Amino acid sequence: MSETHPLSAALRHRLAWPLITLALLLVVNTVFNDSFLHIEWRDGHLYGSLIDILNRAAPLVLVSLGMTMVIATRGIDISVGAVVAIAAAVAAWMIGGSVAGTESRFPMPLAIVGALGVAALCGLWNGVLVAKVGMQPIIATLILMVAGRGIAQLITDGQIITIYYKPFFFLGGGYLLGLPFSLFIVAAVFAALYLAVTRTALGLFVQAVGINPTAARVAGVQSRRLIVAAYTFCGVCAGIAGLLISSNVKSADGNNAGQLLELDAILAVTLGGTALTGGRFSLVGSVIGALIIQTLTYAIYSLGVPPEINLVVKAVVVFVVMLLQSPEFRAQVGVLVRRPGVRGVQP
Amino acid sequence: MSTSNPTPVLELTGVHKHFSGIPVLRDVQLRLYPGEIHALMGQNGAGKSTLIKVLTGVLEASSGQMRLGGGAQGQTTAWPDSPRAAQRLGISTVYQEVNLCPNLSVAENIFAGRYPRLGLAQGFRIDWATLNRRARELVARIGLDIDVTRLLSDHPVAVQQLVAIARALSIESRVLILDEPTSSLDDDEVQKLFEVLRRLRSEGLAIVFVTHFLNQVYAISDRITVLRNGSWVGEWPVGELPAQALIAAMLGRELAAQSTEAPVSPVFDDVTPALLQAEGLGQSGQLQAVDLRVRAGEVVGLAGLLGAGRTELARLLFGLESPDRGVLRIDGKTVAFSNPMDAIRHGLALCPEERKTDGIVAELSVRENIALALQARMGVGKFLSRAEQTALAERYVKLLGIKTESVDKPIGLLSGGNQQKAILARWLAIEPRLLILDEPTRGIDVAAKQEIMEQILRLAQAGMAVLFISSEMSEVVRVAHRIVVLRDRRKVGELPAGSTEDAVYELIAAEHV
Repeated sequence: MSETHPLSAALRHRLAWPLITLALLLVVNTVFNDSFLHIEWRDGHLYGSLIDILNRAAPLVLVSLGMTMVIATRGIDISVGAVVAIAAAVAAWMIGGSVAGTESRFPMPLAIVGALGVAALCGLWNGVLVAKVGMQPIIATLILMVAGRGIAQLITDGQIITIYYKPFFFLGGGYLLGLPFSLFIVAAVFAALYLAVTRTALGLFVQAVGINPTAARVAGVQSRRLIVAAYTFCGVCAGIAGLLISSNVKSADGNNAGQLLELDAILAVTLGGTALTGGRFSLVGSVIGALIIQTLTYAIYSLGVPPEINLVVKAVVVFVVMLLQSPEFRAQVGVLVRRPGVRGVQP
Repeated sequence: MSTSNPTPVLELTGVHKHFSGIPVLRDVQLRLYPGEIHALMGQNGAGKSTLIKVLTGVLEASSGQMRLGGGAQGQTTAWPDSPRAAQRLGISTVYQEVNLCPNLSVAENIFAGRYPRLGLAQGFRIDWATLNRRARELVARIGLDIDVTRLLSDHPVAVQQLVAIARALSIESRVLILDEPTSSLDDDEVQKLFEVLRRLRSEGLAIVFVTHFLNQVYAISDRITVLRNGSWVGEWPVGELPAQALIAAMLGRELAAQSTEAPVSPVFDDVTPALLQAEGLGQSGQLQAVDLRVRAGEVVGLAGLLGAGRTELARLLFGLESPDRGVLRIDGKTVAFSNPMDAIRHGLALCPEERKTDGIVAELSVRENIALALQARMGVGKFLSRAEQTALAERYVKLLGIKTESVDKPIGLLSGGNQQKAILARWLAIEPRLLILDEPTRGIDVAAKQEIMEQILRLAQAGMAVLFISSEMSEVVRVAHRIVVLRDRRKVGELPAGSTEDAVYELIAAEHV
């Protein structure tokens, strides 16, 4: 009854189903587009659909990493899309510059620091509302979600600011060692976060706070600071994502930058196997979740799904994926498939 | 009275239960007669909970027979495959933790899921008038006089416990199972509960009573079934099994007589500086000004009934609440703790009363749970590696005799007593100077209790100060060098070592001074 086949043991690994989902989506893409897996060297860098997906997924991966930490503390941050817009607006305004594209209003490093600083402040605001004021996370971050778009438009004067300063384009559109530069940024953030949660006590504390905040507090864990830090980190991640996006589209659009990104990020975290109830989390899972979403988006476009129904298609696929990842659902299907009507051992 | 009716209302025989091949119940039997209170006894992990779960359809027995009253010889009943099925068989249960909804009214709680409807049997509209009337009848049946339309959370825990019983009775029950119903009640409330149980017994109900309090077993039960390590040890009329024999049956050995020697009080003259000294410490609405003095190597007992302010004092001392009057001194220096970490840095530790909500982090491993406070004091940067955590945890698993296959097992899967020991380990790991133990022995078995008490005395001998809070007066009297007595959220006096339980009770009962 309880034989453990190596395959079934592998399937029980928490990352098994997210990986299977990703692989399936890649297969679907390959079936409908035989050049999908093709990668070639062109214009001094790697070129192909996979590279494109990775590059486009970069902002979502970053935001998902920040979201993972927030969700692990039992929170949620629905303001990340707005923070993306604010960071983009700050960067665009500080860089501004002439159409010639050789000078900027402030030095670019200062612009980057400014944008990230403002993003960190946004996260700090959320964290303080949640941890010190004691608001429910979804309400606390709803404030900035709504107000943030307004702030972004104030910065850009209600216009879409076009960026002309060429060095800035390297962030989201440049290549290093043949790979998109954004991948290096993502890798750096991931590595830093991964080391922080595995080589310091951060991971233990975050999980303890997420699973049982009261017990964690009694044990001396400074849960408020931890929660503020998680939201601040999430804000910074959204800020970096805003830089990548504005650099990639060479403009800052207060209204549309990062639109619905919060939902994709929450979805990515969930697909990656981190429960919304907090506690145990998986950074690798969230990265895979973000890649699933980007690959799915790519598939929808490349299959030529009409734009007016592509959100519906996406919703249906996500629904099916969620069902497949639910152990309860799989168990029920398994029972139906094997022998209907027989349950357990009878005396 | 126990066997006036020779036909059992329920009989289980040859019950086996395995969890993935590991037997947890082996050939267990249980006979229940109408109109009896039957104590089901055993240490933590003896299989009491599993047996109850099998009986109530939460778990499925691997094998065994169940015979419901009236059935002819040899005719068995199918095992209930869900709690609902068990209820249909007339078996209802009140679990250890009150699991009702505090935000619903008493009446709604009693009939949750079975609201009477208006019109059609499965109509959409709830018949509130009938609901409340029937709830009032049930509540009256157990001798409770409360407004059933008020929210459950408006009532004290003891009343909530009785409401849980009313809920169990709302199903036409023949068998009522009470799993540790008294663990959060004080003496008066226990008496009240017992009155209800006696009344139900006279109505012919068979009641299964699970408890860790031996005196309660003898106060109310008619017969006793003892389990040990998943096996059936025996069944006795209560008169034929004196307490010593019961303990021997539960442990499988004679208990080294109840005497942990009365503590030899270390010589404390008034010159010995206090490690912790509270002067007029209090918080409005929670605790009136309390003076307290604890010296190194001293075990101070904090006695009082439930709600006397013991836990409130512990929370004030540990920085979980902020006092709004009085002074707290550590080593003679005035301190003000704004959170537990401040207290921990000053060498304090608190084993909280509510193990589930304030103690364990259920999904984390035993190892992580034990390392948590030490790691919190070390901060984020200085990290105990996994190997260091494992070594630490394994040391305490051995020292305290925590039963777990591996330190990597989630702590939530351990039995209550072992969880409690692991939380104790968490605090011993920071090597505190003053350990506050709030009800460290609640809901754990006799042997584990004994071990924890011995541990406390050993620690004090090694120079640690202990503030020991317990509602079991016999324990306080046994370990404390000095007993501080609280009543109605204020201190009413102090007693020296060697005082009797009666002396403590007298002080509690004394008219307002």
